[in-house]
Amino acid sequence: MHLAYPAVLSALLFCTGLYGVLARRNAILVLMSVELMLNAVNLNLVAFDVWLSRAARDTLHSGQALTLFTITIAAAEIGIGLAIVLAVYRNRGTSDIDKLRDTAEGPGTEGPGSSAAEKAEATA
Amino acid sequence: MSLAPTVSLAAGHPGFLSPTGVEIAFLLVGLVTFGAALVTVTTRQLVHAALWLVVSLGGLAVEYLLLTAEFIAWVQVLIYVGSVVVLLLFGLMLTKAPIGRSPDADSGNRWAALTVAVAAAVALVWVVVDAFRTTWIDLNGPAAGSTRVTGESLFRNWVLPFEALSVLLLAALVGAIVLSRKAKAESNPPHVNSRGVTESSPSVTDSGIHPVEQEGAR
Amino acid sequence: MTTTTLAVLVPLLPFLGAAAGLLLGRTAPRFVRPLAVLPPLASLVLAALVAVRQGGDQAITAHTELTPTGSVPIELALHIDGFAALVAILVAFVAACVQIYSTGYLRDDPRYPSYAALVSLFTSAMLLVVYSGDLIVLLVGWEVMGICSYFLVGHYWETPEARAASLKAFLVTKLGDVPFLIGLFALATDAGSFRITRVLGAVASGNLHHPTVVALLLLAGVAGKSAQFPLHTWLPDAMAGPTPVSALIHAATMVAAGVYFVARLLPVFEASQAAMLVLAVMAAVTMVGSGLAALAQDDIKRVLAYSTIGQLGYMTGALAVGDRGAAVFHLLSHGAFKALLFLAAGVIIHAAGTNSLAAMSRMHGLRDRVPDAYWTMTVALLALAAIPPFSGFFSKESVLGAAEHVVDGHPDHAPCAAGWIVLVAGLLTALLTAAYATRLWLLAFRGRGAEAPDHGRQPLTMTVVLWVLAVPSLAFGGLAYRALPGWFDGRDLTPTLLTSILGTGLALVGGLLTYGAWQRTTQLAARVPLGAVAAHPEQDAGLVEAEAIATHAPAYGDIAYAPDPADPSRLLLGPLRRHAAVGFHLDAVYAALFVRPVQAGASLVRFLDREVVETYVQGAAGLPRLLGAAVRRAQTGNVQTYVSALLAGTVVLAVAVVLVATGA
Repeated sequence: MHLAYPAVLSALLFCTGLYGVLARRNAILVLMSVELMLNAVNLNLVAFDVWLSRAARDTLHSGQALTLFTITIAAAEIGIGLAIVLAVYRNRGTSDIDKLRDTAEGPGTEGPGSSAAEKAEATA
Repeated sequence: MSLAPTVSLAAGHPGFLSPTGVEIAFLLVGLVTFGAALVTVTTRQLVHAALWLVVSLGGLAVEYLLLTAEFIAWVQVLIYVGSVVVLLLFGLMLTKAPIGRSPDADSGNRWAALTVAVAAAVALVWVVVDAFRTTWIDLNGPAAGSTRVTGESLFRNWVLPFEALSVLLLAALVGAIVLSRKAKAESNPPHVNSRGVTESSPSVTDSGIHPVEQEGAR
Repeated sequence: MTTTTLAVLVPLLPFLGAAAGLLLGRTAPRFVRPLAVLPPLASLVLAALVAVRQGGDQAITAHTELTPTGSVPIELALHIDGFAALVAILVAFVAACVQIYSTGYLRDDPRYPSYAALVSLFTSAMLLVVYSGDLIVLLVGWEVMGICSYFLVGHYWETPEARAASLKAFLVTKLGDVPFLIGLFALATDAGSFRITRVLGAVASGNLHHPTVVALLLLAGVAGKSAQFPLHTWLPDAMAGPTPVSALIHAATMVAAGVYFVARLLPVFEASQAAMLVLAVMAAVTMVGSGLAALAQDDIKRVLAYSTIGQLGYMTGALAVGDRGAAVFHLLSHGAFKALLFLAAGVIIHAAGTNSLAAMSRMHGLRDRVPDAYWTMTVALLALAAIPPFSGFFSKESVLGAAEHVVDGHPDHAPCAAGWIVLVAGLLTALLTAAYATRLWLLAFRGRGAEAPDHGRQPLTMTVVLWVLAVPSLAFGGLAYRALPGWFDGRDLTPTLLTSILGTGLALVGGLLTYGAWQRTTQLAARVPLGAVAAHPEQDAGLVEAEAIATHAPAYGDIAYAPDPADPSRLLLGPLRRHAAVGFHLDAVYAALFVRPVQAGASLVRFLDREVVETYVQGAAGLPRLLGAAVRRAQTGNVQTYVSALLAGTVVLAVAVVLVATGA
């Protein structure tokens, strides 16, 4: 099998996840997109591991071992991530990423109304 | 390109215009996977997004099988399809995500995101194709990722990182508990779930997988 | 104790007194008065002892070098000859009198401790100048006097006149001190030492390369300190200080320092004929101008101030004709009677409640209120007008005699022209001096009109001092003129017949003219009421004086002038009076020549700073602010935007790296 097939699929999946991370509003959808990106990486790892172990370059199966580690870490990440999202949702009443703008510039430049509205929303 | 000579080991391999059966299968499943991923990041129905994610991740498991990495494939099915998606669905429910079409699923950042993603895709595909267009994976012979091979490798060469990873999982467990500790009754389920997931992944690697061995396709 | 130790103690004691007074002034007020009075008295005794031991013989010199100071060494050196010994006695004597007088004059003043300490410091600095044998040590005393005069003239700093006067005194004397310092350096470079004896030795052996430049530079400092034309303008304004300070400055310390300095370094000046001529012209202009100005002043203290300038002109005139014996002789006798004049004037101002002669001329019986001041002032005015046998006569005649000696064709050191200039100006000034002395006496004590207010007897400390000072004013000249040549250069100080007759005659003429004019104008006095009297006559004299000075300008329209038709000077000076009263507009000339250009330059600088530099500064701040505002708009708080930008940059960089790596 051509190595290009899994490699290109992996790249496309990664960029799809990238789009999702940048474009989605709901934090949980963003987490899903992150999962997509991680899986793209996993595919890459597996494909190259298969290629290199067949070519007798790598006898340690490091690609597959790393894939397992990535899956594990991804599971931990999704647990922590969801806990954070839930905590934010409890405190702010929303899980929309573009409404969490506490780091924005103060009311001097932004419209004071919108900022005040956010504040009110945040405290609600 | 300079990369090409170093990686083009398999000279005289078949060209792209005469694909093998595995390649055709990989291509078709890959199209399904990619399509499902696209729907996942574009659909306006939040719950549907999670379900399309299942399709996409399942497709990836099939791709692993086609690449003779059986153990990884079943782990993928068990953890991602089995627990991570369930966890995400719980998260959606707990944050009272709207059922049905929600018009504002995408943020105002969409066009910038699209530009960046397309640019990244073009760059990555260009580089990858340019570098590996002549590289050939020989899938004949024993499976590269059978449970025996993976297990031997993992517990012979990767024991120390493996154990370190268990410490990391413990830290994640504690972190998840701390983050949701002040919670009222409603916030307990995700935290319980997350513990379930984090504990399940080592247990999966330990014990879970036997039925994969007859799956060595090529 | 050796004579050297005694001599060191003379300036040291008032200095220690000043330090102790400043330290204890607040915590132990009871010690302030003893600490103020005793050190000058002790210094007086010690100075007299030093003078007796020195006895006019060979000069006592001692020196020690504390530390090497580069190419030209600076040494702590004493040089006590006859001049130094006698001037030190005068300084300590006047300082002791002033301190005793001040205990009564400023008896209720809350700032008396610092005032007394500063007077002690002032005295100490002057004694240092007198005894020092090293020019740099002398300069230290010289500058300490400058700063002390600033503080003391500004003692009533609540009034704007005092503030302006103290600043003016400081700045004008400093204006002279800068060339003075340069001149000292030039002198020491040529002589290879700051020691006065070595400098004089270098002059004698002809090693001085630029005598004219050095002498003229030094003259600038002397003119500033001794209030000679054209740097004399600070002295009349310095009358804004308390009267005892005026007495101290005018009689013994500040203004005497310049004359004394020239007397010490006279050979340096004699090495340059041009410098002597400049000195003579300076003295002549100062004498005549100040005589005319004194005649027109309304403030009694300003009359005395201009008279000081004139008498200092006599001294510089004597120096210009190369006779430092005469100059220091006049310095001594003038110190006595000028201190007396000022202290008596302080008593009169306290009694009358005003410092205006016009107001005093409308008071009847002022002399009966202050009989001590009346009699002693009469003595002092006679001495000032150089009427024999008062001491001023002998010292002034010695000056005129020295000038005549040069004119007669004995130009030892001085040019003949200088002799003529000094002689003519001196005789003219004798006339003017007698005139303004007579005017002062007549207006102050022969006033007609309402009865003078009675504020009780003056404090004993003030009146006793007057009598103590009256003794040398009366008798010092007559007793001393035979003995003094032994202390000085040995030149005869006996009055010559011709100048005595001329001088005394002119003085009598001046006095009689003024009397005649007064007879005619005094009739008008009753018709034109004029005058303002201090609001708190029962307070201590210092406060009364401060109020009198502060109210003079509002009451009469000018600090120096009063539009009084009954003033005899109106008849004597005619149209010149208006100009003489303001010092011949010299201040206005200075304002036009220096003050306005400086102010214009300052406003130009301010304009440049405000408009030009500020624009650059604002621009430098504004551009980053605009950029910052632009960048700030990017801080939307939306994490996805941030990550988008980050990843876009990553893609661009990655593509660039790949392109570069492949050489595309």
